[in-house]
Amino acid sequence: MDLRDLYRDVIVDHNRNPRNFRVMPDADRHAEGFNPLCGDRLTLYVKLEGDTIRDVSFEGSGCAISVASASLLTESVKGRGVAEAERLFATMHELLTSPDATIDPAPLGKLGALSGVREFPARVKCASLCWHTLDAALHSQAEPVSTEGNPAEWP
Amino acid sequence: MNAVTHPVGRGRGEAPLDVARVRLDFPILARSVNGQPLAYLDNAASSQRPQSVIDAISHYYEHSHANVHRGVHALSQEATDLFEGARRRVQHFINARTPREIVFVRGTTEAINLVAQSWGRPALRQGDEILISHLEHHANIVPWQLLCEQTGARLRVIPMTRAGELDFDAYPDLLSDRTRLLALAHVSNSLGTIVPVRRFIAEARRRGVTVLLDGAQAVPHMKVDVQALDCDFYCFSSHKMCGPTGIGVLYGREALLNAMPPWQGGGDMILAVSFERTIYNEVPHKFEAGTPHIAGAVGLAAAVDYLETLGLERIAAAEHQLLTHANERLCEIPGLTLVGTAPEKCAVVSFTLDGVHPHDLGTILDHQGVAIRTGHHCAMPVMEFFGLPATARASFSFYNTHDEVERLAAAVELARRMFA
Repeated sequence: MDLRDLYRDVIVDHNRNPRNFRVMPDADRHAEGFNPLCGDRLTLYVKLEGDTIRDVSFEGSGCAISVASASLLTESVKGRGVAEAERLFATMHELLTSPDATIDPAPLGKLGALSGVREFPARVKCASLCWHTLDAALHSQAEPVSTEGNPAEWP
Repeated sequence: MNAVTHPVGRGRGEAPLDVARVRLDFPILARSVNGQPLAYLDNAASSQRPQSVIDAISHYYEHSHANVHRGVHALSQEATDLFEGARRRVQHFINARTPREIVFVRGTTEAINLVAQSWGRPALRQGDEILISHLEHHANIVPWQLLCEQTGARLRVIPMTRAGELDFDAYPDLLSDRTRLLALAHVSNSLGTIVPVRRFIAEARRRGVTVLLDGAQAVPHMKVDVQALDCDFYCFSSHKMCGPTGIGVLYGREALLNAMPPWQGGGDMILAVSFERTIYNEVPHKFEAGTPHIAGAVGLAAAVDYLETLGLERIAAAEHQLLTHANERLCEIPGLTLVGTAPEKCAVVSFTLDGVHPHDLGTILDHQGVAIRTGHHCAMPVMEFFGLPATARASFSFYNTHDEVERLAAAVELARRMFA
């Protein structure tokens, strides 16, 4: 297990220069995510056109894994259909939590850079927070998402 | 027995601790983490245990276990003697007047909750005030908030300065004729500040205010004398002072404990029970319903023996050197900011590093075998005061070395370069 598996160049870059890092005043949907254990906090904004995610952005503060994961999320779901984004969420969840490397990260593109996180169990929630928050936004969930709220839902 | 084979510290007077030998007492310090020798710098969260504590617990279970205060058989008597002996050991350790002032509880948190519910709930009225400070651990905030909800009392807070000290000048104005309790940390867990509690207590006593101290972070690092402190309640945990988890101590003035109703009902806390009426046991047993953590008390007594053999003064001196060293080395790192810079501190260093979130710092340090705590340290109001979601915190014990301080600094430097 190498630190560079966790902090790959893509992660360090997206942490330093997060993409789509802005408030979206005219968002159709937004949701908040919170990890009370480490203080990570983010708001995710979505603009829909029919069933297509026309625009997505986020703001907040957190560790490099959570910021980079959110940044990569915005790049990867922009322009996709809602159902497609949900399938990506399921795949990411498996990528982050499956103990053996059964998921081929190649089709995930840059998101595959997060595959090293599963070697660091304490950090899985950092990477998955934004995906749960996106899920909440797409389902117009009013309650903020917490990594500690419903343990059954968490790896 | 010659000086070489003598237990560490005994009879050595003023000689400093022989840390290399002290470390041999702690089996866990020999292990490696992530392929690196363990540098355990998370002592404010929980300390490690010397072999003597582990052995005392094993020996108890192997030779002396039975339930206490019950049977007439030999083992029950032995277990009772060990348990009550541990109580007297703790009594002398903190200089309580009598063993009746020592209540065994699960830890500091339970001790504070016991006082809130048993002393506070019957005593407090609508509009009464409980005074705490801005640097408290959640365990010295939330039990009082619960009590306020139950009684209509108000929580008031002594402010803190940017250095992480309590603002003594603001204190007298916060004491009113409705103030019933002053509840303060003796040492801050998140910043390491040693609170000059005697000044605060003197003023409170002049006004007849009851005083509770949260000593969880003080007892492992300095000589604590509850009579000299002149507090009414003092709470601490075994697991932060080289003893087992799951046991701690509530010291309470005997007259106060006598006047308080029981906290939980059950066996051991009664003298006689009928369906019409129950006569409660004497203190401290009145507060110890059910079979207690006997092995925990035995282990705690062994931990007290261990700390006293080393000497609290020498422990404090060794830890202060580690603190000075860590301050110097960390301050050399560009972008590093110390959080909590009170002149009087225990060996706790809270810090942030520009461009590196504490959580990432924690992972990178762990990868180097350096264990620190990252997060809000159960002191969210302190984090909010400094406008931080979290800090990294290295907390030292007497068994830490100056080489480990260097490894901490090197690992922080590595993290800085990774994110530069």
